[in-house]
Amino acid sequence: MRLLGKQEIEDIAIGAALLGTGGGGDPYIGKLMALQAIEEFGPIRLLSVDEVPDDAVVVPSGMMGAPTVMVEKAPNGEEAIKAFKSLENFLGKEIFATMPIEAGGINSLLPLALAARLGLPVVDVDGMGRAFPELQMVTFYLDGISASPFVIADEKGNVTLLNTIDNHWAERIARNATIQKGGSVMMAIYPMVGKNLKDSGIHHILTLEEEIGRSIRLAKKNGLDPIAEVLKLTQGFELFRGKVIDVNRKTETGFARGTARLEGLLSYKGETLELRFQNEHLIAQTEERLLCVTPDLIAVLDAETGLPITTEGLRYGARCVVVGIPCDPKWRTPKGIETCGPGYFGYDVEFTPVEELVKKGVGVK
Amino acid sequence: MSIYRIGIDVGGTHTDAVILDQEYRVISETKTPTTQDVSSGIYQAMKQVIAKSGVPGESIKYAMLGTTHCTNAIVERKRLNHIAIIRIGAPATLAVKPMIGVPDDLKEVLGKHVYIIRGGHEFDGREIAKLDEEELYRIAHEVKGHVNSVAVTSVFSPVSRDHETRAADILKEVLGEAVPISLSCEIGSVGLLERENATILNAAVVNVAKATAEGFINALREEGIDAQVFFGQNDGTLMAVEYAMRYPILTIACGPTNSLRGASYLSGYSDALVIDVGGTTTDVGVLIQSFPRESSLAVDIGGARTNFRMPDLLSIGLGGGTIVRIQEDGTFTVGPDSVGYRLPEKGLIFGGDTLTTTDVVVALGKAELGDRSLVAHLDRELLEQIYARMVEMVEETIDKMKTSADPVPVILVGGGSILLPDQLKGASEVILPENFGVANAIGAAIAQVSGQIERVFALDELGREQTLELAKSMAIMEAVKAGADPKQVVIVDIEDVPLAYLPGNATRIRVKAAGELAQVDEGIKA
Repeated sequence: MRLLGKQEIEDIAIGAALLGTGGGGDPYIGKLMALQAIEEFGPIRLLSVDEVPDDAVVVPSGMMGAPTVMVEKAPNGEEAIKAFKSLENFLGKEIFATMPIEAGGINSLLPLALAARLGLPVVDVDGMGRAFPELQMVTFYLDGISASPFVIADEKGNVTLLNTIDNHWAERIARNATIQKGGSVMMAIYPMVGKNLKDSGIHHILTLEEEIGRSIRLAKKNGLDPIAEVLKLTQGFELFRGKVIDVNRKTETGFARGTARLEGLLSYKGETLELRFQNEHLIAQTEERLLCVTPDLIAVLDAETGLPITTEGLRYGARCVVVGIPCDPKWRTPKGIETCGPGYFGYDVEFTPVEELVKKGVGVK
Repeated sequence: MSIYRIGIDVGGTHTDAVILDQEYRVISETKTPTTQDVSSGIYQAMKQVIAKSGVPGESIKYAMLGTTHCTNAIVERKRLNHIAIIRIGAPATLAVKPMIGVPDDLKEVLGKHVYIIRGGHEFDGREIAKLDEEELYRIAHEVKGHVNSVAVTSVFSPVSRDHETRAADILKEVLGEAVPISLSCEIGSVGLLERENATILNAAVVNVAKATAEGFINALREEGIDAQVFFGQNDGTLMAVEYAMRYPILTIACGPTNSLRGASYLSGYSDALVIDVGGTTTDVGVLIQSFPRESSLAVDIGGARTNFRMPDLLSIGLGGGTIVRIQEDGTFTVGPDSVGYRLPEKGLIFGGDTLTTTDVVVALGKAELGDRSLVAHLDRELLEQIYARMVEMVEETIDKMKTSADPVPVILVGGGSILLPDQLKGASEVILPENFGVANAIGAAIAQVSGQIERVFALDELGREQTLELAKSMAIMEAVKAGADPKQVVIVDIEDVPLAYLPGNATRIRVKAAGELAQVDEGIKA
């Protein structure tokens, strides 16, 4: 067990933006909520997975809906508590701790705000190791754990308990209810026990985020290359260095889909990288070569500061370094690829691990 | 009788002034040092430029001022209004209170009367809760006599401004017309905290703007000038004094914008890169249809994160007074520090003791200034290397600001632009227009009047084309309201960004229209 204070929160927010792979929502508002909660209720206890008893109930907490709505209609802080209490009531068991459902973006920070308010510990684990857009895209789903029963709650006090037959129905119904509630709700979902976390979760993820944030911050201070530091920490690869020359986006079925093109600089001169995204970056390729494919992580970093750039923040002239990071091995199983590989997002591309793509170079069709 | 206009722009180092005739020809120009209180420097520049021009005071009918008063007040946390902050949004938003993330010293000055009340809207225009009017009346009575400015921010006011305007009515009813009310829907876009911060800062500098305007008008009167007075905004257009008192925050960063606009006018180019070399920094901006490209990122003002429009600029520490240091081993550094306005005493060519970038160009024979013999002893080869580094710094910045690999026209302005050569990498041509030294004051003088709207629209209702047309006509109406000639207003910028995870194709649309000032009819005015 260790305590998370303000500096740790600041660092986690940067790491969360990086693992958000361009999506996941700007962690800024989540960070402020966590900071205000710490100010009012004191620091947060962070537990490693080993510290959670096998039969203790752990419930992830997070937001569902449009991050754009959340930065305008910020939560009141009680939604997540109401969702928790309602689920606790239904389960008839006391909740031992909370955790992030996804490591990327805003949802990494929200459980911290809740934990501070409730005095609950947070477990150093999540179900994605990155950001993904849909409820079933978690490693718990791969092991047959159900999202249900789960609760979504809005700031007005509306609390909705859902018990669905599978996780796709959960996604569909909850998404519609979210729109009715104003486009952004807090949820208590995927109730689990300690044993589930040990078997199916992605461990040490908050610590990794914190280390990423800290190394970028300290690299700046100590005159080191922040990108090299990030690659070391994540066992990632530099895929490309270049300048954004074109961004093309549109909203389809609720997703910000699009492509961005980068013109190579330095040793990449003469090459053009294409990034394809749907909220998150999903594919990185040049004219000749495939470089990285979902569920492996593609992060775009500012070439100078090493700070992550979201797909919304991608703009003409931005100097970036694109990095590829191997995803958790759980995602590289057939069911994992089926759940959030390129085929699920509608791309006619085979998944190949980034470390192989970087080594061999696989031609693009 | 001819009609003249005076344009004044306050920079970090110099305050510049010009007088233009009806055809925008430069009659006279002047540069004076910017003073600590800013105002005395403005009056000084004004007196000088009028005296130089020989133009009779009564024929100066327009006066345009671009000033740093509001920025300075915020940065120094001085002369700020006593404000009340009212957020309309409960039961939402309580998890992030107003001014969270703002530096403590600013919070201490401005955060004395903070309220969050029930109300606000959803993204689709439904009410989150009914506006709590009773509570508003209570607050209004509570702060009466304690505050002289109020900031009101309602959730999703860029979608529906109903609760903000109703709140303004109630506050005015209790506090009277004399207490200005700043509404967030008129200042920023979606993003509650950033818009709220911008609104709070706006409310805080109302008095500063008022005092500045009154001082300026009085100073003009003393010179026998009875002119229409306008303030420069950071989008390169003007606002009438009455408008500036309501939205003083919009004057922040108008200086660099004035340079861009002046560069456009002087060169005749509407799409180009502008490099403004001052005494301490070089600012690079981009002209699109004669207006500065705006930044899409959050902007910090005095440590507070805001999201109102700002020109997209890249600044580097290279100006006429930038200090060059040569080490024992022959290596060197350029800046980032500068002798600033003290160049005429510090620079080697002026008999001073500090090697500056200006000394380098004079020593190399690239500019005529001061006494070249005082730098004749310097190693020419090394100077060439230093000069190459200076040019490289600018060329790197040009490349960062460009939107494509194609070369673009580059316009040089500002007193320090003698530092740069007539060819630059990435530039299709380099233009050094006449009167380049006072492009900023000219930019202020010739500025147009604009109107802008920024709202979230559901494209599914009218379709994309019709929605854009609607947004355009709203922007044109705003411009005309602000004083633009209806016959000349054109759309200068459109941006639409779809919002993820929402139905109905919710899209944030921003449109700006601008046009020439509707001319005062001489017959009526006289």
